[in-house]
Amino acid sequence: MYVIIVGGGKVGYYLAKELLAEPQHEVLIIEQDAAKCERIAEELGDIVLRGDGCEAATMEIAGFGRADMVIAVTGDDEDNLVSCQVAKVKFNVPRTVARINNPKNQEIFQRLGIDTTVSATGAILAQIEQELPTHQMIPFLSLGGGLELVAVKVPAEARAVGSAIKDLLLPDESMIVLVISPDGLPRMPTPETTIAIEDEILAVTRRENEDALRVVLTGPA
Amino acid sequence: MKIVIMGCGRVGSRLAARLSEEGHDVTVLDVRPDAFRRLPSNYKGKKHIGNGIDQDVLARIGVGEADVFIAVTQGDNRNVLATQVAKHIFGVSRTLCRIYDPIREEMYRGLGLETISPTVMGANVLHDLLSAGAPAGEEA
Repeated sequence: MYVIIVGGGKVGYYLAKELLAEPQHEVLIIEQDAAKCERIAEELGDIVLRGDGCEAATMEIAGFGRADMVIAVTGDDEDNLVSCQVAKVKFNVPRTVARINNPKNQEIFQRLGIDTTVSATGAILAQIEQELPTHQMIPFLSLGGGLELVAVKVPAEARAVGSAIKDLLLPDESMIVLVISPDGLPRMPTPETTIAIEDEILAVTRRENEDALRVVLTGPA
Repeated sequence: MKIVIMGCGRVGSRLAARLSEEGHDVTVLDVRPDAFRRLPSNYKGKKHIGNGIDQDVLARIGVGEADVFIAVTQGDNRNVLATQVAKHIFGVSRTLCRIYDPIREEMYRGLGLETISPTVMGANVLHDLLSAGAPAGEEA
């Protein structure tokens, strides 16, 4: 496959290096900065072209017309967009990939026909959201067999407030194992235990029932 | 008309002043606060510091309600990105985009953007001047 990489910074360099390790790929990096070009040529060989990856003349020399894939990974979203758009429209490149820094640009890039967008910012944000869910249920421990120990604080507006545990419609294989009052006092739950505002509840549930359990314990009335 | 101009350089500031003078609701946007010094002291429109390729900035300055969006920063690609965001994300009905590079300009015109290339225009004007011959009273 002939792969053209626009931008010879760190992402472009390591991408080229990995691709070159597979003999079926032909790789070319386009980079404007002379010093970066020199370093790439020294370390990876004669695979770099100095020039502007949005400039049609440079793109012509680089052979965009026969490229199977163009990957634009400069640090500027607007340059990556234009490289990919020109590659698509003028050179009919079948597959274009753009790095985006502002995750909000994903929609416009896709609407404008860029095949794939990759956002480090977006990926890290997703990771953080996974680690710190906006719902207040915290997975404590994986118990094996798909069971988890989770903790959740009951918000004031929850429908569960004032209900006895036996009246809660808990999902299958879910069990409340401990209730801790706001003053820090742990209570062994019985079917008659009523749920109060700000109670911390420890429960065992199946991973797939986590959301359902959260709705029962924290969902608004 | 509500008009947003991205880039308060020589062209942007002049255009903003003129459109504001004509009674339009003008907002001019630039990343550098000192760019606004180019506006005349009697400029009545709005000035905002911010990057027009950031959708949050465009939303904040009300591009969604604008009738016209004009991109005249020094960067062709910045103009291209911001114009397409204004058109496709914010639904601005009229967008104008300056692109110095004639090849890129032609391509984006083909894609339906309203574009101008000062490079082509300048060369054409100079060429026409030359073809018309020296004005009377001047040595050739």
